[in-house]
Amino acid sequence: MFDKIWARHVVAKGPGGHVLLYIDRHLLHEGTTAAFGRLAKSGRRVRRPDLSFATADHYVQTSPGTPTADAEVRAMVDSLGRHTTDQGIVYFGVGDPRRGIVHVIGPEQGPTVPGITLVCGDSHTATHGAFGALAFGIGSSEVEHVLATQTLWQKKPLTMRISVEGRLGPGVNAKDVILAIIAKIGAGGGVRHAIEYAGSTIRGMSMDERMTVCNMSIEAGARAGMIAPDETTVAYLEARPWAPRGEAWSRALDSWRALGSDAGAAFDREVELAAGDIAPTVTWGTSPQDALPITGRVPDPAAAGDPGRRESMARALAYMGLRPGTPLAEIPVDRVFIGSCTNSRLDDLRAAARVAQGRRAVVPAWIVPGSGLIKRAAEAEGLDRVFVDAGFEWREAGCSMCVGMNGETACEGERVASTSNRNFEGRQGKGARTHLMSPAMAAAAAVTGRLTDVRTLTA
Amino acid sequence: MPPFTRVTAVAAPIDLPNVDTDRVIPARFLRKDKNVPEYSSFLFHDVRFAADGTERPEFVLNQPPYRGAQIVVAAENFGCGSSREAAVWALAAYGVRAVLAPSLGDIFHQNCFKNGLLPVILPGDVTAGLRRQLHERPGATLTVDLETQTVTAPDGARHRFDVDAFRKEMLLTGRDEIALTLGFESQIREFEARHAREMAWAVPPRPSA
Repeated sequence: MFDKIWARHVVAKGPGGHVLLYIDRHLLHEGTTAAFGRLAKSGRRVRRPDLSFATADHYVQTSPGTPTADAEVRAMVDSLGRHTTDQGIVYFGVGDPRRGIVHVIGPEQGPTVPGITLVCGDSHTATHGAFGALAFGIGSSEVEHVLATQTLWQKKPLTMRISVEGRLGPGVNAKDVILAIIAKIGAGGGVRHAIEYAGSTIRGMSMDERMTVCNMSIEAGARAGMIAPDETTVAYLEARPWAPRGEAWSRALDSWRALGSDAGAAFDREVELAAGDIAPTVTWGTSPQDALPITGRVPDPAAAGDPGRRESMARALAYMGLRPGTPLAEIPVDRVFIGSCTNSRLDDLRAAARVAQGRRAVVPAWIVPGSGLIKRAAEAEGLDRVFVDAGFEWREAGCSMCVGMNGETACEGERVASTSNRNFEGRQGKGARTHLMSPAMAAAAAVTGRLTDVRTLTA
Repeated sequence: MPPFTRVTAVAAPIDLPNVDTDRVIPARFLRKDKNVPEYSSFLFHDVRFAADGTERPEFVLNQPPYRGAQIVVAAENFGCGSSREAAVWALAAYGVRAVLAPSLGDIFHQNCFKNGLLPVILPGDVTAGLRRQLHERPGATLTVDLETQTVTAPDGARHRFDVDAFRKEMLLTGRDEIALTLGFESQIREFEARHAREMAWAVPPRPSA
């Protein structure tokens, strides 16, 4: 699948195996507005504004009624609005119900479709690979390059297929699958690779779940992660505002149905996991690879063979304020965050609501929907009432506490049960301690005040 | 972009694997213009400075022999995580010209090339050996030569590294990549015409109101 998409987008060949790759879709957010400024300064225009889509998510606050915290942020958001209007780029701005996290609204509005190349100045762009697109994150200079030329100079990555087979146990879901994958191959295991996720477990997932898996490819080091499109993909995309229509839709379907990897396709690396081996998973350290089943204990650095690993584990435990041997399910939490481009979609909110229903949060717990439309859809199902009745805070759409740049952060030393994608030191605020987990597990932590095996609540 | 040819400079060892770009520059500084004079102080800010702004003496760049190092010798997967090019801008603002590691985060790796900073991939035993020498002889210098694709260690050993021919040429000349690509305008236009025939559905429709 990767090779098919790559081959269809080569504009020219350069030296050293580099090719000039055509970019079908460019997603923009207010954190990438500097590229517009540099473009204007050099007197260049956006080559294909019709292939670009923009929204404000990273810096916008999610407290109802106060979208921007200060004049500096307001200027960034206004600047994106101005540049996109000037250049004729579709923009979902503050006040537009379609506004939301860039990786949520790309699929929701339909610019994200199978078989295309898609980039965004954000490392979680692999999310869109769930549709069978070749989607990867880029830096600010590359954003400017795409705006000006609609291309990028790229070297073909290696390919890796990760197959997950079998049925997931109760209380186990897509987040647990990707955390288990990262724990298995390591935070650098996918460096220089594009991953294809395959197998019956992946095929059985909804689009929301597939996006959760692809989203965290970068946490295993891979810029791109993708899943072959199938009827689940097609059903999701049909009639989305920017998805192909009429004659184009039927031609697209023909193309998408032939996109999957051929039987016998070769990959540079193959990895296999059994769904039955995966338990509800949480992280204990400061890298997404530091993940264990909730039934486990905080590991002992002394047991690590490699001295470098020993030192980094000890450092992680010191930062996290944890002692080796502590059962993970006994770790108290101060705060819960359910949201982010990893886990803020309707399936995620439903899973959290099933746990919250009839229970009571004992620590501050935020629910941040991925888009204004998801918020509305959840409200139409009454999920907001479930959360509010259980003492959770129901907020506006945005990146919020995942990204640590919009003022929504945890305090120094606070321990957060979070459905986001990164537990790096300082990610959710200076000195904040993050444990990554699924929405159901985060909701369970909210109602008990500690990391909790969700299966003990739902059983 | 400043060209890169050859740099001989003090090198600082960073032993921790998986140093993420949030650590290289915390998110709260990303809104700052990269040309502000204090930009170099954002580099490794939260591990380099205490809450009161004083230096943490244990951090390598705060130790006098390594202060102002222009080369960093890192461990596996340095620069992983966020796509923030600010991680490279902060390194460049501090004066770093080359980062040597057994592997680098893919996006960080690409971002280096756009800012005249040379990423050098060397086997893990070589980078571990270099870091050991830098610990044993604080303030020792390395030479990184892009023309000959070699790193000369403090002990005089020379290590060859691979670099992509395209990226090498761009770094040696400091050429503007966008200007180069705009020279491919006719190929891009031909591609778009063919693409519009073969994958017409790939252009999003204007939504019907």
